Amino acid sequence: MENSPILTKKNRMAIPRQKMPEQAPEIRKRNFNEVNLGLDEETAVLEANRCLDCPRPTCIDGCPVRIKIPDFIRMITQRDFLGAAKKIKEDNLLPLVCGRVCPQEEQCEKTCVLRGKFQAVSIGRLERFVADYERKFGNFTPPHVLPSNSKKVAIVGSGPSGLACASDLIQWGYNVTIFEALHEFGGVLVYGIPEFRLPKEILRYEVNNLKKIGVKFVDNFIVGKTLTIDELMTEEGFDAVYLCVGAGLPWFMNIPGESLMGVYSANEFLTRVNLMKAYQFPDADTPIHIGKNAIVIGGGNTAMDAVRTSMRLGAETATIVYRRSEVEMPARIEEIHHAKEEGIVFRMLTNPVEFISDENGWVKSVRCIRMELGEPDSSGRRRPIAIPGSEFDIDADLVVVAIGNGSNPLISQTTPDLKCNKWGNILVNGAEGRTSKRGIFAGGDIVSGSATVILAMGAGRDAAKSIDEFIKTGAWNESAPTALPTP
Amino acid sequence: MNKIISAEFIAPDIKRFVVEAPLIARKRKPGQFVIVRVRENGERIPLTIVDGSPETGFITLMVQGIGKTTKTMNQLEAGDFVRDVVGPLGKPTHIEKYGVAVCVCGGVGTAEVLPIAKALKEAGNYVITIIGARTKELVIAESEMRTVCDEVIVTTDDGTYGKKGFVTEALSAILQSGRKPDFVLAVGPLPMMKAIAEMTRPYQIRTEVSLNSIMIDGTGMCGGCRANIGGKTQFVCVDGPEFDAHQVDFDQIAKRQKQFNAQEKISLDRFTQENHTCKLEPFINQPEKQ
Repeated sequence: MENSPILTKKNRMAIPRQKMPEQAPEIRKRNFNEVNLGLDEETAVLEANRCLDCPRPTCIDGCPVRIKIPDFIRMITQRDFLGAAKKIKEDNLLPLVCGRVCPQEEQCEKTCVLRGKFQAVSIGRLERFVADYERKFGNFTPPHVLPSNSKKVAIVGSGPSGLACASDLIQWGYNVTIFEALHEFGGVLVYGIPEFRLPKEILRYEVNNLKKIGVKFVDNFIVGKTLTIDELMTEEGFDAVYLCVGAGLPWFMNIPGESLMGVYSANEFLTRVNLMKAYQFPDADTPIHIGKNAIVIGGGNTAMDAVRTSMRLGAETATIVYRRSEVEMPARIEEIHHAKEEGIVFRMLTNPVEFISDENGWVKSVRCIRMELGEPDSSGRRRPIAIPGSEFDIDADLVVVAIGNGSNPLISQTTPDLKCNKWGNILVNGAEGRTSKRGIFAGGDIVSGSATVILAMGAGRDAAKSIDEFIKTGAWNESAPTALPTP
Repeated sequence: MNKIISAEFIAPDIKRFVVEAPLIARKRKPGQFVIVRVRENGERIPLTIVDGSPETGFITLMVQGIGKTTKTMNQLEAGDFVRDVVGPLGKPTHIEKYGVAVCVCGGVGTAEVLPIAKALKEAGNYVITIIGARTKELVIAESEMRTVCDEVIVTTDDGTYGKKGFVTEALSAILQSGRKPDFVLAVGPLPMMKAIAEMTRPYQIRTEVSLNSIMIDGTGMCGGCRANIGGKTQFVCVDGPEFDAHQVDFDQIAKRQKQFNAQEKISLDRFTQENHTCKLEPFINQPEKQ
């Protein structure tokens, strides 16, 4: 191609990893617009030219849905951006989302041969670039959909797992209905991930595309309450059900003062701001308490989202309190980096022991204890141990507890013959996602516990395959599901 | 979108809505609630399901206009639509034959207690209901209550109707008469529920209250409705809304109810401004006399 001169391996390796243009920290820390602005065409082509197009590519192994990474990157070097987008969509229908929120440094970019000294190809940024390009310039071309086989599948939950499962099944000719408990579709992508990381407009675009190819979306419908799973099967005539309801029952720390005013779970804090648009209060009706000194407890992506949100709402200081050290933080490196640029304070090896009240019942400070790292625990990370007598107080009038989620009991409570473990996670038969109940499949966070968007999507696609097989053959292995699928 | 079939004020600021919601009408049981969002950009608020019929597919809700959201809802009329209605949520009231059951209710709580009183009666209980209100025109659902209960006692704070005084005094009279109730249910303002709980505690009467917390999703996801029940954190939306009154930390709940007072005032002021009709308007708009 005239636009892509023949580059030697050496030429390619000489190109530095291209930077993502971003809003300046001082400006973005006070607005909710997207932080990352996206690569322009020239930068994307330059970055794509860094790919060595390995004969035996290792990047694909790092991707839970096995996107044909070298193929789509090659198409970028040839400036066939729409073709590249199509190539990604063979394996992942939501590149607009994944290009923004996947932890690529732990997945495809971790297994790129250039990692380390030369730095991995920015696969995630390229994925986002072509997806954005297609949304801007490409007409939506519906994927090939097989003629209807009139078999009905119910998907419970419209988060990433449900959307991925629906996109496969609809293309294979199934009649697919997604049931959502909230009034908007997208699950954690709409209530959890903030506008500045994933604009809601993008999510609506993806949902609309699924509607265009025939997926039915039902909002305000709580499976287990509005109708039970058994009623979906017997009365509504569904041939199979995929349960992907997410984790969604916030953990608290069980320390004194947790119910003081000004103390939120991350789910509540983020749902108020994201789903209910409290950052637009009073134009939107849902209020949020604006803290002067905000403290967010936890070290994951949700904690980063919450602390950066508190800064954007107007906090003077916003602090992460985490009981381990920075290397053990589960948050993406990019999120930690962005947070630091925005002036977020990081207090590591610090664990809250009590929330202290003012005279009116509002939180006024957090009593913390210093920690040190001991021997590695079951997660392989060094276990934090409290240093006796090291307590100290940090002023705070807004506290967000972001230490993770347990499983929501609504489905298990109303479906007694569905086997769960002691934490309420639904038990499935390996990657097939079959539960203890015939015709019922499960995947995503309700099975694995809190994980990532792309893993939930991978589980959704695996489930789609098993559902297809089950409906075609009617075969159901009755052996009791025992193991959780390994991510 | 759920269509409003009928809407009528039954007392000042208290409006009864009959809303189309066939699946909820079929499933709902006494004590359960729905989450309602009146309009786009609106709040999600919990409302107790007062009645429902699988035949018509309608549910009945009772709204007391206090803040912006409830006042906005109370502007809606038959034929209008509510943006979102989801449910039925929460655990239904546990109904069994206790013997003598006393239901104590105030304000819109009276309408909420009606289906429960009915279910208690059907389960074979002798049901006494005490209805409390500030003044006569705020007494609601009395005649319906009389058709399902064995006894109905009405109290008004100002003595304009029924006995003058509070519901607590009426309950106290029952307790002192030596007729020990086997079960007490209290639904109404927090101070009232707390007072009832303290009153029955020495008698060791099983007492339940229905808590009305601030909620968002209503499915256990946000934890905003959490309450301290017997020293443990419970979620009103999935573990309740009814709890053993003697285990409830009412003071903490009362504080949490007030956490958005400042913002609620801003919202309400804006609502009042937007809905203000200038008293001079009829004069201003009059054509000038020739």
